[in-house]
Amino acid sequence: MRKSQSENRRTSTKVPIVRLRLYIAGDAPNSVRAIANLTAICREHLLDRHNIEIVDVFREPTRALADGILLTPMLVKLSPLPVRRILGSLSQSQPVLHALGLSESSE
Amino acid sequence: MNALLKLTNPRPHKTKAPTGILGLDEITGGGLPRGRTTLIEGGAGAGKTVLGLEFLVNGARRFHEPGIFVAFEERADRLIANAAQFGWNLPELQRKSLFFLDAQPTPDLIKSGKFDFGGMLAGLGAKVRQMRAKRIVFDAVDIVLALLGTQSDVEWEIFKLHDWLMANELTAIITSKFDRTEFSPAPSQSLGFMQFMVDCSIVLSHLVGQGISRRNLRVIKYRGSSFEENEVPFIIGNLGFEIAAASAWHPSQSAVSNDRVSTGVARLNSMLDGGYFRGAVVLITGSPGTSKTTLAGAFAEAACRRGERTMFVSFDSDSREVIRNLASVNINLDHLVKKGTLRMISVLGTVGNAETHLVRIQKFARDHRTRCLVIDPISSLVQFGSDESSKGLSARLINWAKKEGVTLLSTSLLERASPELEGTPIQISTLADTWIHLSYLVRAGERNRGLSIVKSRGTSHSNQVRELILSGAGVTLTDVYTASGEVLMGTLRREKEQAERAAEIEREAKADRDQNAAEAEEAELVMQIAHLERELKAKRADGLQTKASRSSRRSENRQRQAEMKELRKSDAEISKRK
Repeated sequence: MRKSQSENRRTSTKVPIVRLRLYIAGDAPNSVRAIANLTAICREHLLDRHNIEIVDVFREPTRALADGILLTPMLVKLSPLPVRRILGSLSQSQPVLHALGLSESSE
Repeated sequence: MNALLKLTNPRPHKTKAPTGILGLDEITGGGLPRGRTTLIEGGAGAGKTVLGLEFLVNGARRFHEPGIFVAFEERADRLIANAAQFGWNLPELQRKSLFFLDAQPTPDLIKSGKFDFGGMLAGLGAKVRQMRAKRIVFDAVDIVLALLGTQSDVEWEIFKLHDWLMANELTAIITSKFDRTEFSPAPSQSLGFMQFMVDCSIVLSHLVGQGISRRNLRVIKYRGSSFEENEVPFIIGNLGFEIAAASAWHPSQSAVSNDRVSTGVARLNSMLDGGYFRGAVVLITGSPGTSKTTLAGAFAEAACRRGERTMFVSFDSDSREVIRNLASVNINLDHLVKKGTLRMISVLGTVGNAETHLVRIQKFARDHRTRCLVIDPISSLVQFGSDESSKGLSARLINWAKKEGVTLLSTSLLERASPELEGTPIQISTLADTWIHLSYLVRAGERNRGLSIVKSRGTSHSNQVRELILSGAGVTLTDVYTASGEVLMGTLRREKEQAERAAEIEREAKADRDQNAAEAEEAELVMQIAHLERELKAKRADGLQTKASRSSRRSENRQRQAEMKELRKSDAEISKRK
């Protein structure tokens, strides 16, 4: 675990916390881009109601294998269910928002 | 000094990782390039996965090289279940020397932007170190490459993958599908890039021609090594991948033998000046029912009696039937099968192709440590293949037998009666060392079997046609009678024999009669002589008597005349005195 962000201060709202896990491969360009893109998406759409865990497969290779993470970067939405996996640098935000269940609710 | 040692004592396994797949190691001169990557491409169902898996299984089992299987297409549990039929016992190997990684892209995977193999390589790197893996297979890499998108991304990932493999000193197989039906110089771009990068490239093809399936393997390139460049046939059999070994690759190792082995028929042995040569290729041709199988059976029985392990492959009939039928002519194979010296294999129906059967025969023969092999008939074996392939097939079979020092006896069906007209459709006749032809001679409402030796290299063999006689006592050959340019067999021969015997008796009787007559004549003559002698004596006796009586008569006469004179004296005396 390289970086962990916790921005769940606004628990007063009824909106559930979105739990995310991002698998990255060190500082590979796609992974660096993915972190930047995810941060931007969360800031725009999930401000204060998300939780991101970042797993670097180079540091935790056995965990990557155990979790079945072969392609990186990989974003996994753990909750709310259903679990969704989004592969890539997250440069196209539309499919990401759709997968996170944010495409309709977006203002 | 070191260089010299290396030259004089080459160690092929230093640069090659044996696959343990017999034919493959032969055509690649020892295995796949060690520490390098081999690309295996082929259409769907060509056998890529099985080849990769067997490479790992053999590595783990026989060469102490643990391996990792990365399954992009088929799930590992299904692969393991499918491989159970090969008897590889994967669950046992999985405990420490074989690891399966399920790497199928999940169908619900959402793509957004670019990605790479980073996670997989990191995870695998850890696994490689943990297992001390030496081998790895990426099965169906095309699946995951297709996700990558642009060509440049694909090439970049292939490059990184290759780099990672080299860094980890893994002997790798990457398999990939291609859509081409025939191998053409137009592979997809990513495949072309891979071909350029890898050190060894193999193409598997699975073609169906005239309803007959044919699998071929071809090595396209092998950096730093010579290799068999031709397509070689292979099958996926009960034990996995089996490749028809290209025997021309190896120099002949078995010495040519002057040893003779019995044909199983005493008279035939003498016709061949002692029997077949050991390690020879014997061909027996003939129409249906000319007892080709019987001669083959006699050979097999004789071989087993000498204690030589023998295999009898029958294509036309069930082996139990063969055993039963041969028992009727006193060729008893049953107990030899039970003893284990003889192995009977029967192939029924037209399942599979010729190559499949050839590879299986070779495999069974090796397992059985066969010294003498019977294929009955080889014409059924090659009928599965197309013409040009069957020629190569019999040549391969013969080369293989010669190399192994196996005495090979094949029978072959001839549609026409004369071997000279036809030759054998499979061209084995030119390759065979000894060629025996069996034929029917039909005369006087009877069919009889004739045997002649068409050729027998290196032996002074009889040029005579012999009659082949089958009976409960066994197989025998007998001389045929030639009468006015035709050979006589069967009843005609027996009639001829009987006629000769009768004539002989007649001559004997006549001689007896003649002798008796002569003796009788002689006796008669002797009797006649005795009779004559007696007559002579009698005659003589008569003569004497006549003489005696005549002299007595004379004296009587004289006396009488004197008396008469006395009486008449006066008259005559008076007249005289007067």
